[in-house]
Amino acid sequence: MSVTDLGMPAFPAAAARATRDTRLRANLRHATHTIRDKRARAVGELADWAELRAAGRAIKDRTLRHLDHYLERLEEAVTAAGGRVHWAADAAEANRIVTRLVRATGEREVVKVKSMATQEIGLNEALAEAGISAYETDLAELIVQLGKDRPSHILVPAIHRNRSEIRDIFRSEMGDWGRPAPEGLTDRPGDLAEAARLHLREKFLRAKVGISGANFMVAETGTLVVVESEGNGRMCLTLPETLISVVGIEKVVPTWQDLEVFLQLLPRSSTAERMNPYTSMWTGTTDGDGPRTFHLVLLDNGRTDTLADTVGRQALRCIRCSACLNVCPVYERAGGHAYGSAYPGPIGAILTPQLRGTASELDASLPYASSLCGACYEVCPVAIDIPEVLVHLRERVVEGGRVTRRGVRTVIRPAKGHAAERAAMRAAAFAFDRPGVLRAGQRLAARTRRLHPRRLPGPGRAWTDTRDLPPVEAESFRDWWQRTRGGERGSGQEGAK
Amino acid sequence: MSSRDVVLARVRRALADVPRAAGPEEAPVPRDYLRAHGDESAADTVRLLAENLADYRAVVHDIHAAGLPALLAHLLGERGSRSVVVPAGLPAEWLAKCDVEVVPDAPERTPGELDAIDSVVTGCAVAIAETGTIVLDAGPDQGRRRITLVPDHHICVVRVPEQVVASVPQALERLSPRRPLTWISGPSATSDIELDRVEGVHGPRTLEVVLMTP
Repeated sequence: MSVTDLGMPAFPAAAARATRDTRLRANLRHATHTIRDKRARAVGELADWAELRAAGRAIKDRTLRHLDHYLERLEEAVTAAGGRVHWAADAAEANRIVTRLVRATGEREVVKVKSMATQEIGLNEALAEAGISAYETDLAELIVQLGKDRPSHILVPAIHRNRSEIRDIFRSEMGDWGRPAPEGLTDRPGDLAEAARLHLREKFLRAKVGISGANFMVAETGTLVVVESEGNGRMCLTLPETLISVVGIEKVVPTWQDLEVFLQLLPRSSTAERMNPYTSMWTGTTDGDGPRTFHLVLLDNGRTDTLADTVGRQALRCIRCSACLNVCPVYERAGGHAYGSAYPGPIGAILTPQLRGTASELDASLPYASSLCGACYEVCPVAIDIPEVLVHLRERVVEGGRVTRRGVRTVIRPAKGHAAERAAMRAAAFAFDRPGVLRAGQRLAARTRRLHPRRLPGPGRAWTDTRDLPPVEAESFRDWWQRTRGGERGSGQEGAK
Repeated sequence: MSSRDVVLARVRRALADVPRAAGPEEAPVPRDYLRAHGDESAADTVRLLAENLADYRAVVHDIHAAGLPALLAHLLGERGSRSVVVPAGLPAEWLAKCDVEVVPDAPERTPGELDAIDSVVTGCAVAIAETGTIVLDAGPDQGRRRITLVPDHHICVVRVPEQVVASVPQALERLSPRRPLTWISGPSATSDIELDRVEGVHGPRTLEVVLMTP
């Protein structure tokens, strides 16, 4: 990734700061709890959710296991439909390609649809260096851009801002970028949306170049799909003369029919709607309707490295719905900025360290940004086992091992500063390999639990700076099972879920 | 080596563990999900469409074909529209009773010109009951994508029952990926402020759907 986080604190430090920000916590709690309940209702409407989820998972797995095949078919289909396909091995190359394409149009400004991929590669900054203004047009991205802020949520990048903060940003900043906020702007969400409509309309109407990502690319037909709510996507995709779409290579799906699965999974899981207000699908260019020139930039930037990890590659199934953020107790308290990348929350904790590697302290700390409660896996519409990948990545940070970086297989050394955890991990592996030791250890721990400290002494102290030691249960599961056979023997513990 | 070759070579190296001789079919895709949720009559499917459209704040009207020109005249008049843009293939009789300026769309019409027009009237390609969605495919009675985007008021006529399907899978079967498609579920909206849905951002803030029976 080109947006390096020099000076970004590791997750525990950034999270500790965020948890002291009571307004941030209140904003996040309100927003995530609202969407959580709505999502459960939207998903509950479909009797075949489990089957759709299994199909979504399988389609993505098939795609990933034959990614070269589908990328070649996609390229062929897009080209046949009048599009031009470019390949970018990393962020810097993608930024160079897009900058060159914009320069070739002679334009100095572009309008942008919200895109995770362009956030990941730092495209706006690269364009600014080349003297090109990139205007974000999604409401939340606009709030972030005007506030000189960073996004903190995949779906709602300004989730950390409440309505009165947004009003203040609009009042003070809009005038510097174009049409100022209306006089006497209130913090009613409807009025704020109206202010954004007025501010951006002049930019849409004069725009000659649009930049987007895509939610899906269909290999069979060369069709790109953008799912959105506000209509800013439609503006950017249909009004400009030139359209440039920057899309991660994992966004390809094999067939047109496959969309029937994802167009049911994504809206319900993401915004908790039966369907999002607008979905645009286009195949190359169409005479007289929409852009005359269409460029597709296919982005690797660490995705093939992720693909090389047989456990970690499932992260590439992600369709960026953000359901895992909304249920995560760690995200709810720490906020999105603590994750230090375009991808916050549980999915970010497994995606970022794979896309960027774990060389920095921040990236090495991300696999620990979780309590492993498993809620993220439960809600994931493509069944990414995030806890499994977290544990896998923790092991890699602590133990080192074989990884692929920029296409080259290499062996990384154990991260420094994780000696205590390494010891703990070794101890766990030792115990799990020896049932007798585990049993004895659990009984000893249970009997002495009143004596256990909340913080570890000595070298373990740093680890418990940001964590409470979990209390040890009075009875281990193993002993409870031995005693009760899960309730058959009348333990009185009915209906353990 | 081109970047294309670099990326494809990386992909192939990354997949050394995958038995690839048999092609993509080696990875099975179970498709035991439903083609539609429920087994409803055509009339019930149309009723569900109307309910779901209204649930997402589209304004729904039922009319027989003979009454359509009067209804459209009423809707445009009620809103105070002075001008309406129409696609080239919209049946002329639909707007026969309207007392507003009718602007036929043409490729040279700029976004700025469209911005000065109050309303747009189109047909559609297919409507999806379960999700409350209308799909436009740029057919002759729907026109270029931008005409249903820039004006603030969109009236879409759905031919009932033949254009109504129950589900997303049924809709995709009817649509061609060769055409530019716009799926519309209610008026433009956002959930970006505290994850609370607000209708009306950049697309038309008023969406009226006319369910027209023969």
